[in-house]
Amino acid sequence: MEQNIFQIIWFVLWGVLWAVYFTLDGFDLGLGMLLPFVAKNDTERRIIYNAAGPFWDGNEVWLITAGGATFAAFPKAYAVMFSALYTPLLLILFSLILRGVAFEFRAKEESPVWKTIWDICLVLGSFLPALLFGVAFANFFKGLPLDWKGLMHGNTLSLLNPYGLLGGALFVLMFLVHGALWLAVKSNGALKLRAKVAAERLWVLEVLVLIVFLIATGFFTDLWANFFRYKVLLVIPALALLAFLAIPGFLAVGAYWKAWFSSALAILMTTAFGVAGLFPRLIPSSLDPAWSLTIYNSSSSPLTLKIMTAVALIFVPIVILYQAWTYKTFADKVKPEFLETEEAY
Amino acid sequence: MLDAVLLSRLQFAVASLFHFLFVPLTLGLSILTAIFETLYVKTGDEDYRRAAKFWGKLFLINFALGVVTGITLEFQFGTNWSRYSMYVGDIFGSLLAIEATLAFFLESTFIAVWHFGWKKLPPKLHALCIWLVALASNISALWILLANGWMQHPVGYTIRNGRAELESFLAVVTNPFGWMEFIHTVSGAYILAGFFVLGISAWHLLRKNEVQFFKKCFRVAAVWTMIFALFEVFNGHLHGSEVAEAQPTKLAAMESLWETKHGAPMYLLVIPDEENERNKIELFPIPGMLSMLAYHNPNATVKGLKEWPEEERPPVTLTFWSFRLMVGLGFLFAVLSILVFLKRKAPEKSPWLLRLLPWVIPLPYLACEFGWMVAEVGRQPWIVYGLMKTSKAVSPIAPIQVAVSLAAFVLVYSLLGLVDFYLLFKYARKGPGPRELEAQTSKALATN
Repeated sequence: MEQNIFQIIWFVLWGVLWAVYFTLDGFDLGLGMLLPFVAKNDTERRIIYNAAGPFWDGNEVWLITAGGATFAAFPKAYAVMFSALYTPLLLILFSLILRGVAFEFRAKEESPVWKTIWDICLVLGSFLPALLFGVAFANFFKGLPLDWKGLMHGNTLSLLNPYGLLGGALFVLMFLVHGALWLAVKSNGALKLRAKVAAERLWVLEVLVLIVFLIATGFFTDLWANFFRYKVLLVIPALALLAFLAIPGFLAVGAYWKAWFSSALAILMTTAFGVAGLFPRLIPSSLDPAWSLTIYNSSSSPLTLKIMTAVALIFVPIVILYQAWTYKTFADKVKPEFLETEEAY
Repeated sequence: MLDAVLLSRLQFAVASLFHFLFVPLTLGLSILTAIFETLYVKTGDEDYRRAAKFWGKLFLINFALGVVTGITLEFQFGTNWSRYSMYVGDIFGSLLAIEATLAFFLESTFIAVWHFGWKKLPPKLHALCIWLVALASNISALWILLANGWMQHPVGYTIRNGRAELESFLAVVTNPFGWMEFIHTVSGAYILAGFFVLGISAWHLLRKNEVQFFKKCFRVAAVWTMIFALFEVFNGHLHGSEVAEAQPTKLAAMESLWETKHGAPMYLLVIPDEENERNKIELFPIPGMLSMLAYHNPNATVKGLKEWPEEERPPVTLTFWSFRLMVGLGFLFAVLSILVFLKRKAPEKSPWLLRLLPWVIPLPYLACEFGWMVAEVGRQPWIVYGLMKTSKAVSPIAPIQVAVSLAAFVLVYSLLGLVDFYLLFKYARKGPGPRELEAQTSKALATN
């Protein structure tokens, strides 16, 4: 197939959609994972649910759109990605299903057993997607054993290799810190303090794992090659590192919003690092570089890409505007008196 | 033998039929809730605010499951139907992506604002939020049905690079089949939501509970339901003619018509005998009626199933019965809705009607599910009619993987479905919350 500029535009948009998804859903996945560790009673647990309340569903749509955009712009990559990763994707799917209904169902009955069941769904349903997305993306960076037809050789368990697991650990830690910072922004008193301490401690682990991951990326993947070929791209990992390193400084002076925005930028740039390193590949083949799925051999027709570009350029900015308005409208803390209302989770 | 194709088909059937237990109520109740809230903003009548809250709460319980089970459908094209996705992704994928960009963001963002924003937003802006949700869910229905319409009646494509590529976007988005499906599906959804409100209102009216409140709800829903129940009969007929033109095998299966006939009659009672390629029973013919309905000409020729080799015919029994039951229920709804409309001003004077209506609630659910069975089973053996066979569309996956995930879907969905309907029952019986003034008084008493 001939090459065109729209394939590159869609590669960038594809990366942006995933990066925004991880940045936004990252904090509410993190909140879910933190639930058993920072909340000491039912009121505190409810504050955690309501801190994600008006946002989690809109955040998750970025995943649906990232999936849909992969389907629309790079149907072959979508088909290979989703069928080769059948089991992990279905685990993610079931996690998101149980987690989603947990928000809606938990407060609808008074029984403690009922609440505990949905708490378990929230915790596992937040942990598994964080871990599995990390494992999946690390394996994309490393390359999947794809043959010339796009069939994967080797079984699903081979995804749980050391580099894959390192990616999983990194995602879990990034989201934990991100969630803890969000909770510090949205809560008061003892809960806020616990969230802050959790963020500080987990941050140490996060940075350690990040540095190991960046070094391991040099050994297990060829992601760094693009950065040394186009040196300007080095600004991406540099920004990621700077953003990570800024978090404890902001935390020390109690600037929680700034700490959260740093964490958001760090996740955004970490994802961008992976995506930029992949270019122009979507999923490299570990068997033979020639069998990699690239934007040139997996894309839709120029006409489809053109129409999709128009749709994205018009509507994605509108989405960002009204979602930003939502964040602003619900920027204040979760107040105890709100928990008394029938709207509260 | 259970192969990946059959298991994937079963899984898709489970996933979409279950998803569609929640979608129609979302489509219809979002608008009804928006109407109630608008009436509140216009008239200041406190009951309408409570109505928006009451029906909105039921909407949210239902919506939760609709959203999460919708993700399954998007994932499944890739996980289970990857060859299909590669072959038609150029067209089908873009429709799905447009649906997400235009509708899902709007829907998910503003339902949250509506849910959490009762005290934060001025009333008009708050009402606007639920209208945006209603608009978004219906836009979503349009795009997904344009996508399904393309599978039913592919247009605007050309075969290039070993796949179906987009030739005319305009043709795809103006595909009459897709638009007919959209109109037919959303009208059905509105009927479902209408009988949902009528049934629950009737249940409370019978118990003399919140009589003024539920009479207001009843009245709005009565007008609404009749409009769409009558419209559905009309547009269903047009949709049937569209099927006759575009999918003759489906039409023949819907009517269990084995032999080609000029001036084909319609039999009121038919029992198909698929094995022997005939009907066991054919009684009460209306001469020329099938030709008339399908082609607007009592003498037109309608092709019978035997025109096609066996491997190109859809499963007849399932398609036939689903269609008959859907149509039967559709007429029942039309008749009932007229009765309800006539009694709308004083429903409490017709206790027999109030007793009947709660039992009607499940029927539109059945009709919607039957409709999808006609659409999807009747399209077989094609995944894209005339273009790609379902058997060629499945992913290169091991049957055991699908067997395990299918079992997991059945288990998880059954449990969640039970919980969701239990909660709908619970909160429907509970009735609306107290009036604002009463709420303040009881709070003051509690604190004293």
